[in-house]
Amino acid sequence: MRQPDIARQTEKSAEEPYLSVHDLVVKFPSEDGVVNAVEGVSFSVARGKTLAVVGESGSGKSVTALAIMGLINRKSATVKGEVWLDGQELVDSNDNQVRKLRGSKMAMIFQDPMSSLHPFYRVGAQLGEAARVHRKISKAAARAEAIEMLSRVGIPAPKRRVDDYPHQLSGGMRQRVMIAMALINSPALLIADEPTTALDVTVQAQILDLIAKLQSEFNTAVILITHDLGIVADVADDVAVMYAGRVVESAPTSKLYGNPEMPYTLGLLSSIPRMDRERTDRLDPIPGNPPSPLRHPSGCVFHPRCKYKEMVPNNACAEVRPDLLEAEPAHFVRCHLPVETRKKIASEALNVSGGGATLGGTVSAAAAAAAAAASVQ
Amino acid sequence: MAAYIVRRVLLALMLLAVLSVAVFVLFNMLPGDPARLTCGKACTPDLIAANRHRLGYDQPVLTQYTNFVSGIFVGRVFSADSPKPIQCNAPCLGYSFNQHEQVMTLITRAAPVTFWLAIGAFILWIFIGVTVGIFAALRRGRWQDRIIMGVSLAGYSLPSFFFGLLLVFFVIIKWKWLPFPSYVSPFVDPVKFLQTMILPWIVLAILYAAFYMRLTRNQVLEVLNDDYVRTARAKGLPERTVVVKHALRAGLTPIVTAAGLDLAGLLGGAIISEDIFSLPGLGALSVDSITNSDLPLITGITLLTAALIIFANLVVDLLYAVVDPRVRLA
Ligand SMILES: Nc1ncnc2c1ncn2[C@@H]1O[C@H](COP(=O)(O)OP(=O)(O)OP(=O)(O)O)[C@@H](O)[C@H]1O
Ligand SMILES: [Mg+2]
Repeated sequence: MRQPDIARQTEKSAEEPYLSVHDLVVKFPSEDGVVNAVEGVSFSVARGKTLAVVGESGSGKSVTALAIMGLINRKSATVKGEVWLDGQELVDSNDNQVRKLRGSKMAMIFQDPMSSLHPFYRVGAQLGEAARVHRKISKAAARAEAIEMLSRVGIPAPKRRVDDYPHQLSGGMRQRVMIAMALINSPALLIADEPTTALDVTVQAQILDLIAKLQSEFNTAVILITHDLGIVADVADDVAVMYAGRVVESAPTSKLYGNPEMPYTLGLLSSIPRMDRERTDRLDPIPGNPPSPLRHPSGCVFHPRCKYKEMVPNNACAEVRPDLLEAEPAHFVRCHLPVETRKKIASEALNVSGGGATLGGTVSAAAAAAAAAASVQ
Repeated sequence: MAAYIVRRVLLALMLLAVLSVAVFVLFNMLPGDPARLTCGKACTPDLIAANRHRLGYDQPVLTQYTNFVSGIFVGRVFSADSPKPIQCNAPCLGYSFNQHEQVMTLITRAAPVTFWLAIGAFILWIFIGVTVGIFAALRRGRWQDRIIMGVSLAGYSLPSFFFGLLLVFFVIIKWKWLPFPSYVSPFVDPVKFLQTMILPWIVLAILYAAFYMRLTRNQVLEVLNDDYVRTARAKGLPERTVVVKHALRAGLTPIVTAAGLDLAGLLGGAIISEDIFSLPGLGALSVDSITNSDLPLITGITLLTAALIIFANLVVDLLYAVVDPRVRLA
């Protein structure tokens, strides 16, 4: 009864994206000038699929998520572009229409579970409130649902915990509560903004497993925001790499790991720690820093840090803004380098220390995928 | 929760004990001979010595203190060996030889005046300060906010004695809208009471309201940026619920603290307002006691005010624990 959407969805074509974002732009006016937090982000997710959005700190991942959720204050910021959710455009919808979708059709989990719950209200009350905004159910029914959700997200003794205050729970438990709250109305889209960065490594894996489990149960479209490329390979179907407010490359996960075409993606992939390398050359970070959102570089936003910009004639990298183009089916790249050159660079870079070496930890799974795919080529 | 209450109460009592010793010792170390001040021009060495004995100032400080404390609980007798001993019943806070009355009597006479003054002003300033502060926060950066903040700054920097005197001059003397202030109990003559109190209330409330507007506005703005408020929005709650149930509930809690302490401070006497409007409250009594170097009265009022503030602190802490579940653990 609580999941009428699922039935409807299965009749639709599985390929049709539940959410698609076109050219999303978010600007914050500030005293120092306009902060170009997001400048042309496009991607889409289908139900049951996971899109990972990766990128360095400040690349606009959270702002993109908040803009999709309609949580950017339109009085103090400009939001442009299109956000289509289940056939409805959100950027031009009025606040109240979008509010009704928040928490029902789309939900979000935040980065910091310690501060994301209200300190003065019991966990059960906060969960129940989330259910009761969107559905006409009694307080008792909401409480019962809260308990059920708590047990589904793996909180022990949910009947007792439902009356706890947030400060009585550990960070991992609070994040579980946040997940329970996000999923209580069976949303078709779940945005998880770095849901595990504030947590212990062991808890991180549990939370990701939980999200994956609930995703298959609810047939949810998931956007997983992270800067940990290691976890992406395990859970994501597609990856969108963001840099300076833009998507610079997006592709199905195996394609992106096996055949990264944008030099920035390549840099991210080769900075994943690998067991087979010496400590000294374990990390190969991209030189330089991301640009200030107040002044993005001309041309390709990545060119000041790009090792390969000389390979493009006419100084185009510094002067011409590249578009996000479909290099191969479903593989989009924002780069001036010729496709052949990109492929060559990638296979050389990823093979330096030899493929097929033994790797450890969750993190290495990504590198393993990359190495395996690279050696296939 | 019970353990928390017991701990806080014990702590308050201890604080009061320490404070009373400090006040007593400090006031006894003040330069000048309190006995000398009892007789002015008529003083002879004999009279001074006699008065010193009557006041008990010939005793060691510690004895004076224990006499004082036991006086509070069981009462005491002054000038016991003279022909006219003065009986001071418990709770005895001392005897003012300057005014020839028990300190307790003087205080209980003045306290209701200050009480009504403080309560009236308190209600006015909390109501204005908090509602306007919330409004300004919700209109942040727009003209309403700017005007409110400007007015609040003006109200805050306006010297209250000047503003009070202006009001007295125009409203009472020049335009004669109100009779000259003369305090009566609200139970005796409510109309006259209101006529007397309305201006002092306004003067006091303006000063505090200006401060509370800023406090409330900043507090609410801060909470509106908190993560749990964003969570409330992400749930799809209507903005009204987000603001009232989530933001204000958390944002106004610290204001309860500030308000409780400010009220307690005012209950100890509002010196300037009482002076301007000739209200015979605790503030006026303090001023009298100081100008007359009436040591027993000064000590009594100081201790009473200190007790009041400690008590208010206690109440505020307990209230806080009711509102914020995290406090109960601490
Ligand atoms: N409300 C705001 N006002 C002004 N600037 C903002 C605001 N929110 C975000 N920004 C700016 O927008 C840029 C993108 O921020 P965003 O939070 O999306 O980064 P992020 O990719 O999520 O980074 P992280 O990995 O650190 O979470 C940053 O430069 C940030 O300072
Ligand atoms: Mg972020």
